[in-house]
Amino acid sequence: MNEIVSDKSWILLERCPIQNEHDIVKARQVVRQFGKEAGMGIVDQTRITTAVSELFRNMFLYAGGGEVLVEKGIVDERNTLIVTCIDQGPGIANIELAMTDGYTSGGGMGYGLPGSKRLVDRFEIYSQVNKGTTIRVMKWK
Amino acid sequence: MDFNEKRIPIIKIRDYLIVSIQVDMHDRLALQLQTQILEEIYRTGAKGVLIDISTLEMVDSFIGRVLSGMASMAAIMDAAVVIVGMQPAVAITLVELGLEMPGVDTALNMELGMEMLEKRLNKA
Repeated sequence: MNEIVSDKSWILLERCPIQNEHDIVKARQVVRQFGKEAGMGIVDQTRITTAVSELFRNMFLYAGGGEVLVEKGIVDERNTLIVTCIDQGPGIANIELAMTDGYTSGGGMGYGLPGSKRLVDRFEIYSQVNKGTTIRVMKWK
Repeated sequence: MDFNEKRIPIIKIRDYLIVSIQVDMHDRLALQLQTQILEEIYRTGAKGVLIDISTLEMVDSFIGRVLSGMASMAAIMDAAVVIVGMQPAVAITLVELGLEMPGVDTALNMELGMEMLEKRLNKA
């Protein structure tokens, strides 16, 4: 598992704090809006919005909140919307397990992380126990 | 106290409750709606609930779970739930997400949903 690195050429579109449930709604609307502006079709807009909704909820429930960066840039020669979720929560001890369908550590259904991964074009995760977790998802236009 | 808190209205027509979700729900609001609907079933003796989600732009695993949970709970209270008007993009995403909603009846629109409930009640 490698640390998540950003590309300097990416453009920051918006920075959203996740502190409460209203922030989750607001942030996923921001992501949808930028997906729409990037020219994504309705299905892809819905995919990325749903994927990040799962991630935002995890940040809120398990890490007490965090910060979301919405960026756009060129990745593998494609126009890409990039959403990075950063928290200083407890971290994920066993990422492989957390990425398994049906596995849940809390009250969820266990579709959060693996489901989110299926809905995006690229999914990166970096986590350190007791330090925090960073998850980045990308969707091509 | 959160003054921005909206309640989703529940309308009773004959034996049915009609709920139209027109806001992007946060988790607590979804849970509150679940409780509200069950209380209304108890209070009014409604036999069916139609939940219109045609303006919902996404259903993630939590909202999906609340909707299917609501259907099972209502069934125990002898009321049938039909979810109507799911957008195609939402249906595609739900399946890709891996979420199945066992025991949840769906209809394309309110009218078909109502027919579905009527058929079921007449059979009983």
